[in-house]
Amino acid sequence: MPSEWIARHDQTVALKGEWTLANYRHIKTALIHTELINTEPGKPTGATVSLDAITRLDTAGAILIVELIGVEKAQAVADWAAELPREQQALLIRIAEAMEAPLDVDPPTYSRISQALASVGQQMVGLWSQQRQLLAFIGLVMATLFHLALRPRHWRLTATVAHIQQSGLNAVPIVALLTFMVGAVVAFLGATVLQDFGATIYTIDLVAFSFLREFGVLLAAILLAGRTASAFTAQIGAMRSNEEIDALQAQGLDPIELLVLPRVMAMLISLPMLAFVGMLSGLAGGAMVTSLSLDISLTQFMATLQKDVSVTHFLVGLSKAPVFAFVIAVIGCLEGFKVSGSAQSVGEHTTSSVVQSIFMVILIDAVAALFFMEMGW
Amino acid sequence: MIDSDKPTEQNNQPVIKVRGLVNRFGTHVVHENLDLTLERGEILGVVGGSGTGKSVLLRSIVGLKRPNDGTVEVLGTTLNELDDAQRSQIERRFGVLFQRGALFSSLNLQENIALPLIEHARLTREDAEHLARVKLSLVGLPPQAALQFPESLSGGMVKRAALARALALDPEILFLDEPTAGLDPIGAAAFDQLLVTLRDALGFSVFLVTHDLDTLYAACDRVAVLSQKRVLVVDTIDKVADTDDEWVQDYFHGPRGRAAQLAHTASSTNAYTQE
Repeated sequence: MPSEWIARHDQTVALKGEWTLANYRHIKTALIHTELINTEPGKPTGATVSLDAITRLDTAGAILIVELIGVEKAQAVADWAAELPREQQALLIRIAEAMEAPLDVDPPTYSRISQALASVGQQMVGLWSQQRQLLAFIGLVMATLFHLALRPRHWRLTATVAHIQQSGLNAVPIVALLTFMVGAVVAFLGATVLQDFGATIYTIDLVAFSFLREFGVLLAAILLAGRTASAFTAQIGAMRSNEEIDALQAQGLDPIELLVLPRVMAMLISLPMLAFVGMLSGLAGGAMVTSLSLDISLTQFMATLQKDVSVTHFLVGLSKAPVFAFVIAVIGCLEGFKVSGSAQSVGEHTTSSVVQSIFMVILIDAVAALFFMEMGW
Repeated sequence: MIDSDKPTEQNNQPVIKVRGLVNRFGTHVVHENLDLTLERGEILGVVGGSGTGKSVLLRSIVGLKRPNDGTVEVLGTTLNELDDAQRSQIERRFGVLFQRGALFSSLNLQENIALPLIEHARLTREDAEHLARVKLSLVGLPPQAALQFPESLSGGMVKRAALARALALDPEILFLDEPTAGLDPIGAAAFDQLLVTLRDALGFSVFLVTHDLDTLYAACDRVAVLSQKRVLVVDTIDKVADTDDEWVQDYFHGPRGRAAQLAHTASSTNAYTQE
């Protein structure tokens, strides 16, 4: 079969033309067609091969030639193809050296059942060690916190204020807008349901109770979990892959003190304030809906609030804020410390930090709701 | 070291022509009226003190930084004037080895090198990975390394793998940014030798930013010294070493420079007597 690259006459094979990467596919097809190489590699041809007519050769072409004639013959290329330019001989010899050792390494394979079992086991072990790490890290942060509480020289005020601005102040617009809209939605919902009972006035109580006790703080916490926990993880993760954390430790500086505490403190200060903002704008959203669609005046709204809703509900709601703040900040920082080098790892841990912190916030909120109900607060 | 009877290319146009290059960062001027030429088939070493803009020059040539003024011609075209498709056509004729390797961290080594082969040369995955394994072996990595991810490798292994990736498409121009930094001396010497062998065999041109004096002596045809915001001198290493400039004198005739020169003359006389 005539070809651009191979001419075969019985037991002699003349290679010709450009044996380059661009032609790799075609040459390989031609080689397989002429049955010079099998699909199973490692069997050099017995035919006499001449290389004189090759006009260009690059590594890809050289690899094919070495496969065709075998490593030993390629290494002795000077003996049988003296006409070949010196450089191309050198290339063939280098490639042959590189291909001398077996190159295929197959990853170990296991049966599907044991793979499935192994993956379940891995997940469980991972989950368990994740919880232990979280607890240990909380302990570490607490210990450092108490240790430094009496040493004002070690308070990182500038860093803390910077983080308060980033994660607190800059989040005010989004928290206010979101809770305002949810407040309006809750009011609409209440109005629709309570209208059947002629009790639309209780819409006010519904909005007030839900926002003071739950939604204000919960929505703020979930927003910060998405917005700030991810930022903490990415910041610390990037430092980690840049070996900055190691540099801190090697200099005898405490990364917990320098990186984690300012973030934790900033969250402890920001989240209660944001929760308060959330409560207010939730109430404002409710007030807007009740005054526009239920003909309840603002004055009446305020009067009902004062009469029906005690300050306990506000305190119950606000008391959860520091807990959420601590959990979000600690998870965000811990996931950052777990980052290992690669860009993919930064992504994985950022995702994990958001998922974990939202999960923990909702879990704690549920437990707290039970607790407060039993206490009758 | 340039062979006159090189079989590869027909024209003798320089592959890179930099004229009047100006690079600024804010008010800080890095390059002022810089001229540089890379001839076909040569290995050009670019040296200069820290902060003289060696890496910036490399980035302007490969098109990662748009120069503030001047022209950069690569393979006869000006990169910044091309549209994306044409530019990609030119860019696949480069191989770039970045200072810190810049391997794709979500792919293992074999996939790192197979990626350009699949994307540009349109090989099947099987063929591409086979070629990738040969190239990894060519730069001196063991077969087991093919399935490892960059984060689990030492600095020297990353450098080698990055070289294998830069060589993946058998480029016409190879840009190397401090390739031997972080390699042990044996590995660095093997690297120099590998570079010369591959250049002789494949006929590519090399733009080599380095601090390594041994590399300059062992591998480079010409050396360009960046200083005072321009190319101070570009010539064969012996002539460059004789330039009357304080930095050049300190660099080539300091203790390390002398040692490298000595090693070079020793090894070349050795080679001579053996022949």
